[in-house]
Order: sequence, then C-alpha cells, then structure tokens
Amino acid sequence: MSRALIVRRAGPGLTLQDRGRPGYMGFGLSPGGAADRLALAEGAALLGQDDGLAALEMAGMGGEFEADSDMRIALTGAPMRAAIDGTRVAWHASHALPAGARLTIGGAEAGSYGYLHVGGGFAGETCLGSRSVHVASGLGSAVESEARLEIGEESAPVEVNRLLPVEPRFAGGTVRVVPSLQTDFFDAGQIERFETTRFKRDARGSRMGVRLDFDGEGFHSDAGLSVLSEVVVPGDIQITGDGAPFVLLGECQTTGGYPRIASVLPCDLPTVVQAAPGTALRFRFVTLEEAVEAERRAATHRKGLRSALTPLVRDPHDIRNLLAYQLISGATAGREL
Amino acid sequence: MLVSFGDRLSEPANRAALAFRAALDRAAPEGVEETSTSLVSAYVRFDPVHRDHAGLRADLDALLQDRDWYEADLPQGRREWCIPTVFGTDLAPQLEEAAAAAGMTADEAIASISETVVRVQTIGFAPGQPYLGELGPDWDIPRQKALTERIPEGALAVAIRQLVLFSVSTPTGWRHIGQTGFRLFRPEADTPFVLRPGDAVRFEPVSRERLEAMKDDPDGGARAKEVT
Repeated sequence: MSRALIVRRAGPGLTLQDRGRPGYMGFGLSPGGAADRLALAEGAALLGQDDGLAALEMAGMGGEFEADSDMRIALTGAPMRAAIDGTRVAWHASHALPAGARLTIGGAEAGSYGYLHVGGGFAGETCLGSRSVHVASGLGSAVESEARLEIGEESAPVEVNRLLPVEPRFAGGTVRVVPSLQTDFFDAGQIERFETTRFKRDARGSRMGVRLDFDGEGFHSDAGLSVLSEVVVPGDIQITGDGAPFVLLGECQTTGGYPRIASVLPCDLPTVVQAAPGTALRFRFVTLEEAVEAERRAATHRKGLRSALTPLVRDPHDIRNLLAYQLISGATAGREL
Repeated sequence: MLVSFGDRLSEPANRAALAFRAALDRAAPEGVEETSTSLVSAYVRFDPVHRDHAGLRADLDALLQDRDWYEADLPQGRREWCIPTVFGTDLAPQLEEAAAAAGMTADEAIASISETVVRVQTIGFAPGQPYLGELGPDWDIPRQKALTERIPEGALAVAIRQLVLFSVSTPTGWRHIGQTGFRLFRPEADTPFVLRPGDAVRFEPVSRERLEAMKDDPDGGARAKEVT
C-alpha cells in the first residue's frame, strides 16, 4: 500500500491544489489552481522537487494530520501555528514527519492561504490534467476529516530542516496594475481616485475573487452596465454594479460584462490573494515595460529559491523538552586545563 | 492580447472571431500558450518574459491582413441540437416576467423562442456554457437589476437577444424561462465539454413529466445531427 497522510481533523477550507488547468479558457473553464502560486514554488524549493506537484491548500486554518509512514513536509504561504507531536515547528520550512507523528496546524497568524507540501507530492486522480479542486465549477471536492491522502513516490529526497527566507506578502500593501482593455471607460478622475484610495479587503471573497471595501462613493464607468461580455482573466479588477472593485482570482468566470478598471500583475497577485479581511491594499499603475520587467524579476526569484535555503536553527524557546536534551558533554573538573 | 472585431455583437464579427482563432491555432505563432474566443474577439495568452508584445503583435497583424475575416465561414464540424425544454412552471419561474418585458404572452414567448434556431456564439463564463443567439429584436430586454440568488444547472435564461444555457448552479442577472436536463460539463467523460461554437440549437417545448422521465440521461433527451 502506498504512503498516505491521514486527515484526523479537517479545517473548513482544505483542498488539493497544483498549478491548475491552463488551456481550457475557450471551453469556459478558468485555470484555478493554488490561490498563492508563489507558495507552490516555495514548497517545491524546500523539498527539492517539481513545483507542479499537488499541495494541500488551507484557507484560514489547517487541521490535524497523522503520517502513516516516514515522510517529509514543508509549510508555506500564510503562516499558521504548527506543531509536530506538540512541539512548535517553524513555518516557511521543511521538516521530517515520522510514521505515527501528529501534525497540528492552527489558524493563520497573517494572510489567508497556508500550504502543506509533502515529499513526492499528493497523488490521487487527475481530471483534465490536474489534481486541483475547482470549487466554482464543481470539479473535485474539499478534503474532509478521516480522508486518506495518498502520497507520490520520492526519487531522491533532499535534507529537511531547511528554512526559506520569505519576503512578506501577508499584510497587504501596494499592488502594481496595468490598464485593462476597458480602463478607457473610466475618466481621469475615476482613475486618480482608484490610485489614491486606500482599499480594504472585504470579508466577501473566495477562490473566484475578492471584493474591496472603501470609504466614499462607488466607481463608475462612462459605458455603464451595457458592456458586451468580454474575456476575463485572473487579476482583472471589475467594477460591479454597486461600484466596488472586485479582484478576480484563479477560479473566476472566463467572460464577464462588468467593466474592468485595471489588471493586477501576476507576480503581485499573491499579495491580493493573501490579504486577510480588513487588510489595506492600494493600486499603482505601471507601464507595460515596467510590468514585463517585474515579471522577469519574479521568474528569476522563483528560479533562485533553492539556493536561498538556509539550515533551520531551532530557537531554544520553542523546544518544549529542552531539559531532556544533553546540552553539555565532555565536562571536566577544570584542573586539567 | 485581444483581437477584437467589433464593440457590438454582430453575426459577421462573431464569425470573424471564431475563424481568426482557428487560423491562429493553425499558424501557432511562437510564444502563444493558449487561445480563446469571446463573442466578437479572439484572445491570445502568452508569456511576455519569453516573447515581447511587439513581436507577437506583428505576427497577429500579419495574420489579420491575410483575408477579410468578416467574410469567414462558420467553423467546420458543426451540429444541430434539439434540446427538450420545460418552459415556465415552477421549474422556470420567470417566463411570464420575461415574456411581458418582450411584449408577448407566455404562449407567444414559448413559440418565439422554440421556433428560433439559435447558434452557439461562444462558450464562456462557466465550463461548457454557451451564449446562444441571436433572438429577434423583441427580445432586446435588459438583465435584471438584482441578481437571482441561484439558477440551477440546465436552466435556460434570456436577456439582450441572447440565451444562456447554464452549466453550473450560479447567481445570475438573466431571467430563467426554461429548464432542461442537458449536462454541458462532464468532467469524467472523454468529451467533457459538449457544445461547440457554431453549433445550432433548438429548444423543443416538452411537458414536465417528459423531462422527468429522461432525468437519468445526461443529454436530457437531446438529439444531435451533423450539419457540416
């Protein structure tokens, strides 16, 4: 029997996710996949494996898991309180999870989506070339308590106890956008207000998109609401009927009739994805050249993740049974020196 | 990158978008990762880190010069579908309201819709979900102001001289006038997406009993024949 991670207690939003299903837009199916794509690359770097393998996406909180055999794990994305057999373990790091060990993952301390990766990746059925659950179109279903998550073979496992220094993307901030095909429908005043408004991530949000809240009157386009439905891609910011911006994510619809004021650069989308309700976000237009350069840098950053790993040094404060360790050895009476 | 053939829906613009995308797929310019169509546009996804905008744009411009795309034929391999539909009743509660908006009685509305052969203009919004048209000018009715909280899978809805047959249960601003048993998205099947742009569709009025008798059939009693 193949190796598996047993889910003893599942949080409410656990789904298997990989890079999704690009290529089906013409059939009305958006790509979906891991909400925070950078987290997939980080987990792959920590475990020294391909970033196309499936990980467990945890919306807001994790759950309790048990290893049925020795395995390696990595924790990425929104930092959550995690422990192995009661001992706190570091986030953005890889760890050994021995057979029978219990991994508990609590609520997010910042951000929205945390990820649990395993050495070999999660196995199981693929559909249209992916293991990603696509909630909006009913493809696959959430992971529930007592599920047995099969794990793929490992060819050459690398060492665990590695830490990945991660630039924070869990507290909002300024997100770069380029004009969308419908940005011209908004007059200069609307655009200026869009760039100077401090938005807050609304509580309404899902893998399809997040609504943004703000003080002041709603945004509106000169074209009103009679726009012909046109292609929609993740990152597009549509202005819905009530004048509030809605940033579309991986599971968005593939066409839409609401005008779009801007589109978020793919490399900045994780910041929007990870903004927890109430987190402040601002938007700044950049030129096409700046956008391409930003994407180039992001691609270089992803390629360099493996070389950025450092050994994980455990903080003595986090070691619960510190006194059980033999901390000093080879002590002498001192007279020999 | 988006190549648009109009800012309003028209039959020639729709045919142009479908034909241009098909030609683009055959030409397969360097760097193109995915193509798609909307009602009047062809969409091209590429990675600007590997291929710059100017280079791809030049390739698309060259292809655009190739011919008059508005004169293009419909795609090959089209089929004509006849889909059994229950109009009105509690299964499709907005028939009367939609008929009134179009200035018709409910019976006139059923006759008008079921006698019009509509075409799949594009697949979009949700997996396998067709936008169908074009209906007569009477049906140029707006979407509702408030959204219907949930419309079921297989629902037929109308607005702006178009029909949408829903592939998933979702909120919508379109009015629900008919119900079918047709499954448009079958992730487990060899052909997960059933309808294709260019396919012709007729919605045949049937009784509620007849639709229920066909509820184990994923086609909901629909029949197709090859046109080209």
